[in-house]
Formats: sequence, structure tokens, C-alpha cells
Amino acid sequence: MTDARAPAIEDYAVIGDCRTAALISRGGSIDWLCVPRFDSPSVFGALLDPGAGRFVVRPTTPFETTRRYLPDTNVLETTFRCDTGTVRLTDAMTVPARPEGSQGLIPGHEILRRVECVDGWVEIEVLCEPRFEYGRRAARCTDMGAAGLLFDDDGTEALVLMTDVEMKPVAGGDDGCGGSDSGGGSDAGGSSNAGGSPSRWVGRARLTAGAVRYVSLTTEHAGPVTVTPLGEAADRRLAATAGWWREWLSDCAYEGDYGALVRRSMLVLKLLAFPPSGAILAAVTTSLPESPGGARNWDYRYCWLRDASMTLEVLLHLGFVHEGESFLAWLLHTTRLTRPKLQVLYDVYGRTPVREKELDHLAGYRGARPVRIGNGAVHQVQHDIYGELLRAARSFVEAGGRLDRAEARLLAEVGETVCSQWREPDQGIWEVRNPMRQWTYSKAMCWVALDCLLALHDQNALPLRRSRDAIEAEMRAIREAIDQHGWSEDRNSYVAWFDGEEADAATLILGLAGYEDPDSHRMRGTLAFVEAQLAEDGLIRRYTFDDGQPGREGAFGICGFWRAELLARQGRLDEASTAFERACADANDVGLFAEQIDPQTGGMLGNFPQAFTHIGLASAAKEIARARGRPSREAARSPGNTEAVRQP
Amino acid sequence: MNVTDVLLWGGIATVIMTAVLEIGMALGWTRMSLPYILGTILTSNRRLAPALGMGLHFVVGIGFAFGYALAFQRLGAANGWVGAILGVIHALVILVLLPFMAGLHPRMASEDEGPVARPALQPPGFFALHYGRRTPVFGILAHVLYGVIIGAFYQLV
Repeated sequence: MTDARAPAIEDYAVIGDCRTAALISRGGSIDWLCVPRFDSPSVFGALLDPGAGRFVVRPTTPFETTRRYLPDTNVLETTFRCDTGTVRLTDAMTVPARPEGSQGLIPGHEILRRVECVDGWVEIEVLCEPRFEYGRRAARCTDMGAAGLLFDDDGTEALVLMTDVEMKPVAGGDDGCGGSDSGGGSDAGGSSNAGGSPSRWVGRARLTAGAVRYVSLTTEHAGPVTVTPLGEAADRRLAATAGWWREWLSDCAYEGDYGALVRRSMLVLKLLAFPPSGAILAAVTTSLPESPGGARNWDYRYCWLRDASMTLEVLLHLGFVHEGESFLAWLLHTTRLTRPKLQVLYDVYGRTPVREKELDHLAGYRGARPVRIGNGAVHQVQHDIYGELLRAARSFVEAGGRLDRAEARLLAEVGETVCSQWREPDQGIWEVRNPMRQWTYSKAMCWVALDCLLALHDQNALPLRRSRDAIEAEMRAIREAIDQHGWSEDRNSYVAWFDGEEADAATLILGLAGYEDPDSHRMRGTLAFVEAQLAEDGLIRRYTFDDGQPGREGAFGICGFWRAELLARQGRLDEASTAFERACADANDVGLFAEQIDPQTGGMLGNFPQAFTHIGLASAAKEIARARGRPSREAARSPGNTEAVRQP
Repeated sequence: MNVTDVLLWGGIATVIMTAVLEIGMALGWTRMSLPYILGTILTSNRRLAPALGMGLHFVVGIGFAFGYALAFQRLGAANGWVGAILGVIHALVILVLLPFMAGLHPRMASEDEGPVARPALQPPGFFALHYGRRTPVFGILAHVLYGVIIGAFYQLV
């Protein structure tokens, strides 16, 4: 079932409604959609197996593609140029906001696709083939006449397809697809187990200049599906969606040189946010490989605490106060459930994700197996997350937010846990599945946790559970341990683990998180060591030591932005800008990043789009602007004073 | 008619029937959410509709309980078996009539016309089969339970 012709990761763009998201290839194929939530089973899963369902709108003849997002929105516009003419496809997941005065119902989710012939004539094709439960089950299709095509099975999810293109059921493999992402041949790959399935429906229409067709797919969990009108009503929903994104982004306070990149990153972050709880996901996908064809395939549809403080700082400093408040509320609610110990990751509602499982029936992205759901890292021990949590709380309070009594008590308990646990080994920020070690970064973040604890106490934000002197004694002990074992005179650098000699890109954060002066001799040495050991073609790997996994991963997207941010804090602004622009150079054509970049090919690796990378981009851009004397304008609102709340 | 029993057991039977239907939806056995369908008669607000519909469903459930009580009095017997038979009839009436609601429901699409101007609920189809293949079976089961509870506890006067 291997499909070497699956589109490259960078050939995808994303649309979403802050509950779930869809990946769309340059060939107009939605190859990934999970409903009703990001972490639910997929209904379109061709990304991981050509037979796991897809939803295509494209020309039937070979074409060339250009794409963009409508300015300041998550509405995607794909232009297909064929020999006979040009069509423009506009894709969005409509935000569930009702236009004023409307009496219509809001669907659970809607993917709205509008295709317009711009010049000449083009025959287009619509193909809809959902498969439930990660492709395990074909959908049963019922023609509801003027109310559309109903796709369901004996589960909780159902979809309704409304279109003004006449649709017909076709046998498996006979979908007549004439175009592909590259403009020739078929990228269909054929359904491995859908032969003759009535769940595959195809329609064709010949469009001449000015002609428009609509395709609307609505989904519902458990209840009746909402059916949506086409035509002008669909245009209004698209316009409302674009307007909603623009209004949301109008809060962006960034005023530096990299405005377009920062705004795109904030749009990605918002798209990955889950408003019912305030959580922000790491990525939309599972099991996109970190090494081509390899086994480094993980499920990233969860929320990692390691991203917490940087996420919150970016949100608060760039003007997205409500999202920052919601994220901190999720963080504190979530960690309350497992206190005083913290887990590495949680699901969008703050629950422990299901155990890691392998989906043997899926071929994997370009044959990269296994496909995993759930994430085994949940059971790991990582001490750096205590520092992340307390640093996030400190940012929140310093921005004017207030902690309630329960939150303050929780954070004080976390401080106690740090004092009792920091001497123990852990698995480190990179979740290495080897025996636990004494990671330098983890120790430093424990120091940061206690430093933030004292700072919060100084601002009357929380009580201390032990004396200030006792906490300061622990901090001294941590620093002594790092000085003795985590610093290498030979390397003139902090090293990955105690008494080791390996480089670790995470040690750059020591100069960003307040543990070390960013312009100190030690941080300059550490940066030089990391560049010497981990840089390749201007990109930075997170490490090169053996992590117990087969294959070799690519350069880690966010590490390049850490380097740029550290250079900016050292006052090396030209170098910082060069490093930043190099790190940005491998964004795809619509400004999105995966987790990693293959230094040899420049292709993307790992799950996509990746919040961590976009957070790093926004944070580095903010720091470069600040260092150049152009700090972000003051946020219009501060925590606790969010008057206008706009949620989709 | 024993009004106290109608109000008490009619209310309890409605709550249990609603709970069973909700469990059925959560397990993927049916998408027939009677509270949501009723609620969207009153409002297009997606968050408000289930709550309003739940209230309306409760009122309707007690209303039907008066019908059951009337039938018990006429038949001169009230027990679980009679209640179950009435429940089957009740469910069949709803399943048969539900497709015709598309014409009366202000926010339900029609298989003939579709949603001309605004988003609407999918139509239920014959025997509400568009809401899942098991919907008729589950609908009958829930209403039989409703009938059994009222029949078993209603005291004839």
C-alpha cells in the first residue's frame, strides 16, 4: 500500500475552525480531516494511506498550481492553470459565527469549497470518499435528494455533501482523475479496500469564464447533520469567515520587519487553539515521519507543557491576551488534575491521552510505518516542564493577570515538587526513549522554576510552602551541580547531560529563560558549540547523539529560531536577522512549517503545521524587533480586562 | 385519571427515555436527538436549542403520559405489558410522522427543496433512517421503556 507519490509535506496547506483542521494538497485534495476534534479518528486519511479517504476538487486535465491565503486569514486560494483556462479554488472551514439577523443553524463543522473559472474553460472534478475510523470503515451513502448526499456508518459521525455539481457513485479506482499535484497522472493511488464502494462519489462540470460551483461538506457528531445552502449564501459564509480571521488578527501588536511571517504564525497558532478549553495543540497530524520512510512517527495532536511559557509570552506580548488567558487557564486546570506532579502532555481537555497504539492497517506517509495514535511520552518524566509552568505563570502575572487562590496553591505545590525532584534523572525535553539521564537543560529549568516561584511570591501572587532561604539554598545547589557537571571547560559550553560532551540545542534556552545572561561568556561559548556541532547548511539539529531510534532526523525548526533570538539578545543584530531569515527560508509557499527540515533537500519532515516552530518564529521576530528598538505596541487589553471575546 | 401518577411517572419515564436516547447517540447507535430537533423549532441558536428542546421534550413527554393514562383507564388495565404495547405504537407514530416534520419544522431541510436560503437540519428520511440504520429499533426501544415505566407504576382510579 506504499504510495511514493504522496504529496510532499510542504505541498500541504491547512484550513480549520479551531476545533479541527484539514490538510489540502496543491492538487486540491483534502487528505487529512479528523472530526469532531483534532484528536478524533480521521474521515479523510489519504495522507497516511491512499485508501483512507479523501475529498478532491480539481481540474480533470494537467495543471500548474499557485496558492496563497487570502490576506490575514486562514482561507486558502488555489489557482489551477490548465491549457484551456484557469480556475480558482477557495477553501475554508467556515467559522461557526452566525451572520447578524440570520435564522440559519450552525453546522458542527463545514468545509466550504468554491471553484470559479477565471478565464477560458476548464472541466473540474469533485471526488468525495470519506472513510471512518482512520480508514477502517467505508461510509454508507444515502442520496437525500435536494438535501444532499449523506455519508454515515454505524458510528457517531455523519457527513452531508451539498454541491451544484452532479454527483454519481463510482466503482473503486474508477474515479477518472486526470490531474495530479504535479499536473500529470493521478495522485489517487487507488483505494486499497474501497473497490466498488458506494461511498465514492464523483461529479464533473465544465466551467467557462465567470462560472462558479460550490461544494459544501458538513459534519456532525451524534446528532442530525446541518445542511447548508450554496450560491450567495455560501459566498456570505466565506466572506464572514475571512472577515472573522481578519478581525481576530487586527489585535496583532507586532511592528517589526517580519510582519507577514509573524501574522501567518499567529494565524496558525489560533487555528491550533481549542477554544472550549483554551488548549493549543502541537500539530494537526499524526505520524508524519521525522526521517524519510522511517519509524520516528508520533502523534502530535496533543498539548505539550514544554511549549507553555514561550507560547504564553508570544500570545501576551503580541496582543492576544484572551488566548493567553485561556491558555493559562487550561494549563492550570490541566495540571491540577495530576498535581503536584505534571505530565508531559495532555489532550485538549486536559486529560491523559489514550495509550499509544499502532494502526497496522495504514501504509503510513510514503510508507513510513508504524502509524501511531496516542503518545507514549505521556508516561515519561521531564523536569523541565515545572520551569515552563511557573515561567508561564510569571509572564501572566507580570502582564497584569491575577492568580486565584487554588492556582496559587497549585503553583506553590509545584515548587515543592521541584525541590524534592530536581536531583532525579529524567527523559529530558526531547523525550528520548532511552534510560533516564541527568539532563543539563532539565536542571536549569528547575532553577528557573524556583526563580519564578520567588518572583511570584515577591509580587504577592502566591504563598511559599518553605522559607525563602531554603528555596534559595536549593537554587544554589542546582547551579553548583550544573557548574560542576553540566558545563564543559573542554567544550567551553553547556553540554546535553551531566559529565557528557554532547551538544544539545536546548541549552540555548538557558540564555533565553533567565538562567544565564544571554551575552555571558558561557552563552556565547554554548552558542558557538551548538553551531559547530549541530548546524548544517544554516539549520540546527536538536542533537546528534544516539536516541535509541532508527534513522536520522532532520534539523529541528524551532532551534534555528532559538539561535536567532539568542543572537538578538546578545546584540548581534545582523547575525540574528541572517539566522532568522535562514530559518524562515524553508517555509512552504504559504508560510507554514513542519517540525523539522531535511538539510539535504530542504523538504519538510515531521508533523505539520507545527505550533512549536511557529511559536519560535514569532518569539525570535519579537526579540529582534525589540533589540532594534521597535518593540511590539502595547496590547489593547491586559489579562483580566478582556472585554471583547471573539471565539469561533 | 390519576393526575399525580401521570405527572410523577410521566416525568420519570421521560427523563429515563431521554437519557437512553442520549446514551444511544453517544454510542453511535442513532443521531435522532429529539431535544435538538424540538429545540431548533424554537431557536436557531445552536447552544440554546438543546436546552430549550430538552424542556419542550419533557413537557411533551408528560403530555403523552396523559394519553397513556387515558388509554389505561379506557382499557381498564395498567401494567408494564400494556405500557409496552402503547410504547411501540407511540414510537411507530413518531417514526412515521417525523419525515413529514420537514414541511412543518422551520429549520429542517426538505429532500425535495433542500436548504434554499439558510443552513438547516438534515431531513430524517423514511422511519428516520437518515439518522442511522438502528434508529427505528432504538426509537422503539426507548419508547417501550417509557411505556413500561408508566404502565407499571400508574394506579388506575
